Amino acid sequence: MDRVKGVELTGAEIVVRCLQEEGVEYVFGYPGGAVLFIYDELFKQDKVKHVLVRHEQGAAHAADGYSRSSNKVGVCLVTSGPGVTNAVTGIATAYMDSIPMVVLTGQVPTAAIGLDAFQEVDAVGITRPCVKHNFLVKNVKDLAGTIKKAFYLAQTGRPGPVLVDIPKDVTIQSCEFAYPEAVSMRSYNPVRKGHAGQLRKAAQLLLGAQRPMIYTGGGVILSDAARQLGEIVRLLGFPCTSTLMGLGGYPASDPQFLGMLGMHGTYEANMAMQSCDVLLAIGARFDDRVIGNPAHFAQNPRKIIHIDIDPSSISKRVRVDVPIVGHVPDVLRDLSKLLAAEGGKPDIGSWWKQIEQWRARDCLKYDRNSKIIKPQFVIEKLYEVTQGDAFVTSDVGQHQMWAAQFYKFEKPRRWINSGGLGTMGFGLPAAMGVQLVNPGATVACVTGESSIQMCLQELSTCKQYRLPIKIVNLNNKYMGMVRQWQQFFHGNRYSESYMDALPDFVKLAEGYGHRGVLIDKPADVEPALRDAFKRKDDLVFMDFLTDQTENVYPMVPGGKGISEMILAEDL
Amino acid sequence: MSRHIISILLENEAGALSRVSGLFSARAYNIESLTVAPTEDPSMSRMTIVTTGSEDVVEQITKQLNKLVEVVKVVDLSGAEHIEREMMLIKVRAGAKEREDMKRMADIFRARVIDVSDNTYTIELTGDGRKLDAFIQALDQGAILETVRTGASGIGRGNRILRV
Repeated sequence: MDRVKGVELTGAEIVVRCLQEEGVEYVFGYPGGAVLFIYDELFKQDKVKHVLVRHEQGAAHAADGYSRSSNKVGVCLVTSGPGVTNAVTGIATAYMDSIPMVVLTGQVPTAAIGLDAFQEVDAVGITRPCVKHNFLVKNVKDLAGTIKKAFYLAQTGRPGPVLVDIPKDVTIQSCEFAYPEAVSMRSYNPVRKGHAGQLRKAAQLLLGAQRPMIYTGGGVILSDAARQLGEIVRLLGFPCTSTLMGLGGYPASDPQFLGMLGMHGTYEANMAMQSCDVLLAIGARFDDRVIGNPAHFAQNPRKIIHIDIDPSSISKRVRVDVPIVGHVPDVLRDLSKLLAAEGGKPDIGSWWKQIEQWRARDCLKYDRNSKIIKPQFVIEKLYEVTQGDAFVTSDVGQHQMWAAQFYKFEKPRRWINSGGLGTMGFGLPAAMGVQLVNPGATVACVTGESSIQMCLQELSTCKQYRLPIKIVNLNNKYMGMVRQWQQFFHGNRYSESYMDALPDFVKLAEGYGHRGVLIDKPADVEPALRDAFKRKDDLVFMDFLTDQTENVYPMVPGGKGISEMILAEDL
Repeated sequence: MSRHIISILLENEAGALSRVSGLFSARAYNIESLTVAPTEDPSMSRMTIVTTGSEDVVEQITKQLNKLVEVVKVVDLSGAEHIEREMMLIKVRAGAKEREDMKRMADIFRARVIDVSDNTYTIELTGDGRKLDAFIQALDQGAILETVRTGASGIGRGNRILRV
């Protein structure tokens, strides 16, 4: 398998060779008719390891979690038809959060395309709105070049999933193999460096600010800009907040960090966001869960500087005064240089005084003397027991928000959740990818009894690959976030948000060959966690029976401004 | 809300058109017309889209178009002096009674009769959209049998050149 020109390889061999050339360690997938030849080639080598999931959605989420926790490109391989449609939720999840992924899909033979063949689906058509780009390879000669392009597109510019659809006959045909060294596309040239004039304008605004605020998002994580962010925040002495996707980009324990902002953000972060006079937005996109009603947000005049790799994210929902398109770490480095040359930080003592008053409201307080397990308490104990150093994946709902609020993320790529699409079922398969790329690391999946059931079958995959994930199931027998909205906005009519006939999760875990534990008393929470995390080789499913009536606070109701929060103390 | 005419250079590849049209439907942008054909370089297509929207929406449209991997260049022609043309083929009733009038009307609009049968004319007319509308208005509505319009194509005036 050395690199000799003139070697004829089949399409299937080429696929596997390309993966080897890209240094791909794991492929998450599920075999089927259209990809049999590719699977045959995978069988004959051991450089690229295949992880057999139990459902293609799991393959996409696992590849996604693999990427989020490592900044490598996640790869999945599925067959045509239902293989593709099952993966679509996972592809869309990755797309919404800009995760670099390459999805290889089998397709019916080229001669059968369009004839409603068995297991045929228009993969390129179905996925077009939820991929960064996709390709149908009709000629084996284009295969290597296309896979190279797919990896290049996935991880440059604003990252995202790229799909390559490969008809079965293309995997059988052969041609000379040469893997391109580089990619050049006249239609695709992402900008890296920020515009010098805009950088100067930004520096002036920042140095003249009286009530400044730094607002960071997933772009900081994706571009590995945590170091540069830390430098600029400390240099300026400004308060810093983060979106759900940006947590860990700036250490949560630092006093300059105000916690997460947005619909379930802290009082101090949301108040500071609304009241600031100069806002520096970094790799964030002002989405509806972050700034609430844009008209309300605009009521307080402020100058906005926005750094983002994607021009279409700038001035999309909120008008921006100083747009800076570029790669976040490069732009921050240049901006820091300018600021350092201007010398020092503005005096914002009175602004900090105001922020400390907001902070003193202690908006995340909850009843610590409860006889029933409070979900927040479980997350706090999880943080203590893992010493804040775990990789934490989550599903979607109340448990996700409590994990974001109460697990203080100090490092980037530790908090793995579906922020944009909000995909229930993401947590467990994502944790598989995280554990594989970080062997030996502590991986916790914070979930709820509803979310976990959406990709439960992956417990079997965890057994096969001995993935010692710790599942923290906050079981309140409700789709908690749905119930919370129904309580607040639908007159306590809990329409279909209660799950009768829940499984016995302990037995279920045991059925899959894992360890299951039921915890129903606050005093047992910490011992159960300690015991579970001591078991380095076992997956432990911890089923915590939590307070059914607990709500996530603060909460900004849909359509309201971010300073119009409902706080626990208001009720 | 105003009318914008957007020119796009894009790779002449299968699926490129559906990426553009898919973008417009997915993000609920209007399309009044869309025309596309290869350029002098057969690897590249030139597309003209006529759309209406607020300034913010049109800014997003151009940004989103630029983001498509196959799109090489995008320009909003409405931003400066430009020319636009549209071609129409219109088949009208032209029996012995109507022939004279119909021919005279075509001449007034500098249209050409390109096909003749015993009782029809097929007329070709090029101009901006308003001229084509005016011609249709000027005809006896009952005489119109069929119309085909290409949608607008646009190009910048003078030294405004869109190329790679």
